[in-house]
Amino acid sequence: MTSTPVLQASNLVKRYGSVTAINGADFELREGEVLAVIGDNGAGKSSLIKALSGALIPDSGEIHMDGQPVRFRTTLDARRHGIETVYQDLAVIPALDIASNVFLGREVRKKGFLGSVLRQLDKSAMREESMKHLADLKIGIRSAVQPVETLSGGQRQGVAVVRAAAFGKRVIIMDEPTAALGVKESGMVIDLIREIRERGLPVILISHDMPHVFDVADRIHVHRLGRRAAVVRTGDRSMSEVVALMTGAMEPTEEERAGGR
Amino acid sequence: MSSSPTMAAPPSKPTFDVSRVLHQPLFGPLGALILAVIIFAVASPRFLSPFNLSLILQQSIVVGILAVGQTLIILTAGIDLSIGATAVLGTIMLAKTVGSGGAVAALIATLLICMAVGAVNGTLVTVFKLPPFIVTLGTFTAVSAATQLFAGSATYPVQDSVLTFLGTSIGSGTARTTLGVFVLILVYAVTWYALTQTAGGRHIYAVGGSPTAARLAGIKTNRTLFSAYIFTGVIAAIAAWAALGRIPTADPNAFQTANLDTITAVVIGGTSLFGGRGSVVGTLIGTLIVGVLRNGLTLVGVDNLYQNIATGVLVIVAVAFDQFARRRSS
Repeated sequence: MTSTPVLQASNLVKRYGSVTAINGADFELREGEVLAVIGDNGAGKSSLIKALSGALIPDSGEIHMDGQPVRFRTTLDARRHGIETVYQDLAVIPALDIASNVFLGREVRKKGFLGSVLRQLDKSAMREESMKHLADLKIGIRSAVQPVETLSGGQRQGVAVVRAAAFGKRVIIMDEPTAALGVKESGMVIDLIREIRERGLPVILISHDMPHVFDVADRIHVHRLGRRAAVVRTGDRSMSEVVALMTGAMEPTEEERAGGR
Repeated sequence: MSSSPTMAAPPSKPTFDVSRVLHQPLFGPLGALILAVIIFAVASPRFLSPFNLSLILQQSIVVGILAVGQTLIILTAGIDLSIGATAVLGTIMLAKTVGSGGAVAALIATLLICMAVGAVNGTLVTVFKLPPFIVTLGTFTAVSAATQLFAGSATYPVQDSVLTFLGTSIGSGTARTTLGVFVLILVYAVTWYALTQTAGGRHIYAVGGSPTAARLAGIKTNRTLFSAYIFTGVIAAIAAWAALGRIPTADPNAFQTANLDTITAVVIGGTSLFGGRGSVVGTLIGTLIVGVLRNGLTLVGVDNLYQNIATGVLVIVAVAFDQFARRRSS
């Protein structure tokens, strides 16, 4: 790989008293790829993701974005760098409409006196913009004024993904985006992930679902005992081999241990 | 990569749809109000007279204004048991300070003291994460007692023309009303605008609907909550001023049922006690329902205590509807 990684972390450490959540972890996300992050419960993958999304400040180690060192103190810091996160627990407000949810916390105000002095929202602009993003990701919702609670679970997650894709300029992190969904709806979200990759945005997908991971990911980051145990290309290993790497039943190759090819 | 067919929503129907109208959250309250008006108009010939209609509005001023503050707090999934007591403290404050510093100073002092109560509530709810029910129950008790101490259990007639200004009668003939009614309408209009047309209003709904999702979306949830409690303090001060316009005597024992009446108005108006859904338009309708019910029952000769039973039943029915609607949507 000659191009600079989009997001890279080296030797991250985070300790809580005597517990080590991140134990010298490395991480590398490349341009235009879907990178799956897998690991057993307690392997520390969510701590790693929190460090990358600004929800946790590591004790030591470095994070680089596009080759530049960055420090995220809050999730807002990470957002300013173009990193958006989709959370597993459907982080939308059910009673608000789709456009309000997409623009929640980033509302657009009208131009001129109405917006600057009277602080009036530009609802039609937000609605149109939301519809555009929904269409971009091929989510078949006809109207952005319907409340999110009228949507199915998959469509709701679609709204959360649209929000991330609309504002995430560099990286989309998806934390177990299908954990709360049924089979069919999970399929839709996986389609969305492909759609985002096709638009050139790299995606970090945290998932327990091996078929999904093998379905959509280009590379798999295997997290174990607080650090990166291996990185494998999806085509190079079988599902059971990857699970064996994850549980420690199998040793990775030197190349995989060093971050893969 | 085409989206799965199940992702597509049914096409939205622009044509008139009866079931849609029935599902509008304001349909129930508005229907109840119209029904009540029709029943009382039939039962009493005096009910629809301009004088009586104006009287209903005037009787609704204090509770109606306070109910706006209550709506905001309930939208954030909280409840305010102290707003009525704060307004009563405000009336005593106005009456006792007007002599020494003049009306404007008294109004400013009252505004500050009412906002201070809001700030205490807001701090306890946001910083100390205490449940609003307990917090405001505590401030209600403390503020009520402080009011009695401050007033020395006496009442204070108010003569100052600024303090009774909102009682100014306008109109002609029998079709007269007071400035207080216009303040009531103004408070609703401004709050409606803030809630529906600004980002801050959206954030109130978001924080009440799902605090976690709101925080993840980057909303400063504590700041939003805190400002709702401060706003409620401002509302209490306005209500105190309007109260002296209605009855120019500050009485520490007045408005004993005002606080519960605000909750009644909000809930009847279709705002959910679970937060995140509702509107001040609904609260205005709720206030009018309570006003019409009390006024109409008085006209047909029903005793005050029976009226209380009627409003009590109404609240329970409204909450039951809310529960039912919520269970069905989830």
